Amino acid sequence: MSNRLRALAFGLVGATAMAGPVFAVDLEITCRCVIGGVNSGTAQWIEESVIPAFVAANPGVNVKLNQFGGEDAQLTQQLALDFSTGAGPDVSAFDGFLIPSFVEGGLLKSLDEVAGPEVNDWTGWANLSDGSKALMLYQDKFYGIPLGTDVRMIYTRKDILAEAGVENADTWQPTSWNDILDAARKVKALKPDSFPIQLNAGVAMGEATTMQGYWLALLGTGEAVKDADGKWIVSSPGILDTLNLYKTIYVDEKLGDARAQLLADGRNRSFANFRDGVTALLLEGDYFYRSVTPEGSEFAVADRDNVMGWAKIPAQEPGKGIRGQDFVTISGGTGFVLNPATDAPKEAWALLSFMNEPAQLEAFQAIQPRITARTDVAIPNSPFLTETSQTLLPLTTARPNDPDYNAVSAEIQRMTESVVSGELSPEEAMAQYKASVTKIVGEENTVSL
Amino acid sequence: MKLTVPAFLGRMAFSALAALIGVVFALPLIWFLFAPFNARAELGLAIPNPWTLSNFFTVFENKFAMQALWNSLIQSVGGVILVGAAATLAAYALSRSSIPGKGAVTYVLLLFSSVVSGSAAMVPIFLIVSAAGLMDTHLAVILVFAGGLLPTAMFILRDFIDSIPKSYEESAMVAGASPVQAFFDVALPVIRPGIVVVVVWAFVNIWGSFLIPFILLRSDTNMPASVAIYSFYSEAGTPTVTLLAAYALIYSLPVIVLYLFVSWKFGFRFFGGIKA
Amino acid sequence: MTTESTTEKPKTKGFALLSPRAGAAFLTPAGLLVAVFVIAPFFWVIFVSFTNRTLLGRTALNPEFIGFGNYLTLFDFDNFFQRGQFGFSLILTVQFVLFSALLGQALLGLLLAWLIQTVPPTVKRITETFVIAAWILPEVVIGFAWFAFLDRDQGTLNMLLTSVGLPPGDFLLEHPFWVIVFFNTWRGAAFSMMLFNSAFSSIPPSYFQAADVAGASSWQKFKDIALPLIRGHIVTDLILITMWTFNTFTPFLLTNGGPSYRTELISIYNYRVAFRDFEFGKGAAVGVIIMLINLAFALVYLSLGRKKRKA
Repeated sequence: MSNRLRALAFGLVGATAMAGPVFAVDLEITCRCVIGGVNSGTAQWIEESVIPAFVAANPGVNVKLNQFGGEDAQLTQQLALDFSTGAGPDVSAFDGFLIPSFVEGGLLKSLDEVAGPEVNDWTGWANLSDGSKALMLYQDKFYGIPLGTDVRMIYTRKDILAEAGVENADTWQPTSWNDILDAARKVKALKPDSFPIQLNAGVAMGEATTMQGYWLALLGTGEAVKDADGKWIVSSPGILDTLNLYKTIYVDEKLGDARAQLLADGRNRSFANFRDGVTALLLEGDYFYRSVTPEGSEFAVADRDNVMGWAKIPAQEPGKGIRGQDFVTISGGTGFVLNPATDAPKEAWALLSFMNEPAQLEAFQAIQPRITARTDVAIPNSPFLTETSQTLLPLTTARPNDPDYNAVSAEIQRMTESVVSGELSPEEAMAQYKASVTKIVGEENTVSL
Repeated sequence: MKLTVPAFLGRMAFSALAALIGVVFALPLIWFLFAPFNARAELGLAIPNPWTLSNFFTVFENKFAMQALWNSLIQSVGGVILVGAAATLAAYALSRSSIPGKGAVTYVLLLFSSVVSGSAAMVPIFLIVSAAGLMDTHLAVILVFAGGLLPTAMFILRDFIDSIPKSYEESAMVAGASPVQAFFDVALPVIRPGIVVVVVWAFVNIWGSFLIPFILLRSDTNMPASVAIYSFYSEAGTPTVTLLAAYALIYSLPVIVLYLFVSWKFGFRFFGGIKA
Repeated sequence: MTTESTTEKPKTKGFALLSPRAGAAFLTPAGLLVAVFVIAPFFWVIFVSFTNRTLLGRTALNPEFIGFGNYLTLFDFDNFFQRGQFGFSLILTVQFVLFSALLGQALLGLLLAWLIQTVPPTVKRITETFVIAAWILPEVVIGFAWFAFLDRDQGTLNMLLTSVGLPPGDFLLEHPFWVIVFFNTWRGAAFSMMLFNSAFSSIPPSYFQAADVAGASSWQKFKDIALPLIRGHIVTDLILITMWTFNTFTPFLLTNGGPSYRTELISIYNYRVAFRDFEFGKGAAVGVIIMLINLAFALVYLSLGRKKRKA
């Protein structure tokens, strides 16, 4: 989108120069995606499928994809700055959990506010699952269309488990934290130099620590980050049990690679550990299957179909998980939002909804299968994704839609790091967490169990 | 001049020490001499076998990364011209005129710039550029760098000009030159070594900087090489070591060439004055 | 000669070469650029440091004036010295400046500048080239080079250590502070070297020749002739490298401020507050405090430079 002031300044020049196609509209779309780099599949889909088809169907509209190669947090910075000055792309990829803080900051408007009430008439809404709709929903309004969701699980190296004498290594399914620890201990006994388990921790991994580590353990204790009344839980047996689990894994028994949690490139080290057979159990989202380990990629697991398996994440004890569940998982998701100050709201909405029609989503599935938000788009040729999503989506939980979540999540990352590095005891770390979170959200919004 | 034995030994020890420091400084960079020419490089130091240019060919095919080098050049050269010209004029004025309060100006500006170089000031800078309608333009990057680097450039250059005796220009003016003529014809050639130092310093700063272009630019076609280098990170976000090393070498060449050219042509001198 | 002249009246005659009008004209381009891109942001930062403005959330739309609130939060002595808090970063940064700028860059630069006055041209050129290469190469490249250099399992440094029989180290994890100290010394020594080199070569050689005749050692020449003459240059150098080291962000590329915030310099802390947590008010307050500390350092250097000259 061109800048307002510049548009004003050059308006005269523009008016004379644009004597040709008077109704030409330029749209810009941004995602953290680069062909051949991060999220290559998304970039390829937009560039090769969405844009040509959309432009063909809408003469006079030009669409340009801005490939953004930086980190997630950097894209957030750019979007926040741009939206605050009325600039920025017309349509942008967006992580659902940021919606509340953007909305409260006046940086996003609901879709019908931007593009008019006909947004609500879109036929696609009926085909979105409730869980995925919630990803882009805040205070009962839609701020974007969800593209896909994800689920988390334990990835296993069946070959290593079998070697270590874990029973039923091919279909191994732990039912408690102890089952996981026992399997890890067996591997450690066989290979003292290995780090059998990876449960993300630390500041360096950012949100991956919270989503692929802390939450997965915490939900297994029957707690969440907020209680049913919406108060932040700052001190509880569940937090302490979770931190003690970290301590057992990384400090007491060295079942996990503490270095990989602390170093700046730690997440990649953890992937390399799994690839190299140093780690046998790794908690990750379906992203790990979809984007990290396929053949030809850097962390490709050799003979993946035979050596790599998956298991549901058990609660601490059967029935002790959140809502009394035996198994737990959590989902997040991304989608696309509209720039609240877009110059061409109708066309931008047209592009957004066009992308999310089955025809385009199927084209995306052909490039890179993933768990879709729409119920009428199947996952082709990927028994793995079909099976995991059908098993795990019914068990899943979502992050709280709260403007403070981001800041609290940073405190969670710090809390896990201080335990994993051996600097603080779980009790001390939790006390620090309590103090920090109380400062962020105010004492009246916290609760100790 | 003949050397005594202790003086000779002393000189040997000096040479050995200097060479040792040189080696220590070279160590972290040796990796870059090998990795770009290795088809299968990792973080370890390995002599390529065989040597290959394939990494460079792959990099050359990346249009975005090649365009980025050109963008870096536009932004750096533009910024350097602006900083060099404005700083020379200003430093000369501060040194040679009797403007009240000029004594403290460079110090105060230097301190201001220390606030502005922090990330807190990225927001007002973004707002100013955005209000001027210059977002996503080379000009924005050039102007912001020029403003940010000027206080230090003026500080260095003013030191330089202060160390040059005024007698040069005075004699020119006695011979009938106007002050402006005296500046261009007499002072400028004498100040040139100082300007060169500032130019190299400013160029190196702009060429390597990530945050300012990142905040002010949006189109991938405008991004400089410091941003584009991240396109050699894989889907998983890890560096593709071979390509990154090759691109890093290409990206480093201009500053090396600039340094070699300048030190051959002018030499680095921070202070004027007359060498006896 | 150098910095001193700015704190005293110029000695020559009181006759100005440029009229105030010509002077003003010469100052205009720099003045405009600095006004827009330095002075205006500077005052914005000062102003915002007294508000609770954020980029996201409710206080983005309606920031409130909170007086010294941000400063009080920063200097909250409940957790002031805790890692990841302002006090920890502040103390860390002061240590970092002392070790890597004053002891590292300035001393090493002085030593190098003195050494290369006397060594054969080949040694001089090679040493100079590598020292300067460390200074001019882009920071992304340097960051990556050091990352490869220090890698525990494959890095060049551990390869060298083991080849001479020393135990390898896990430097980034076990000694992250010393890594960034050495890194910054390595990165910045060239500037001090070049500045002192210029300073030494502006001393008339006849001074040294007289000392040679009297049989003075290199150390005596350095201490009694060179050092007093370049005092002003030392002040200039210290002011600049202190400021640069205070503001340097490059160690972030090596350590990300970690592990466990152990290398979170104040510039990195500031970045986290302003651009990760999006708390502009608090970030601005950090910027103001950094400036005040730089001011204090500059005043100390200037007064030391003056005092010694009088003595």
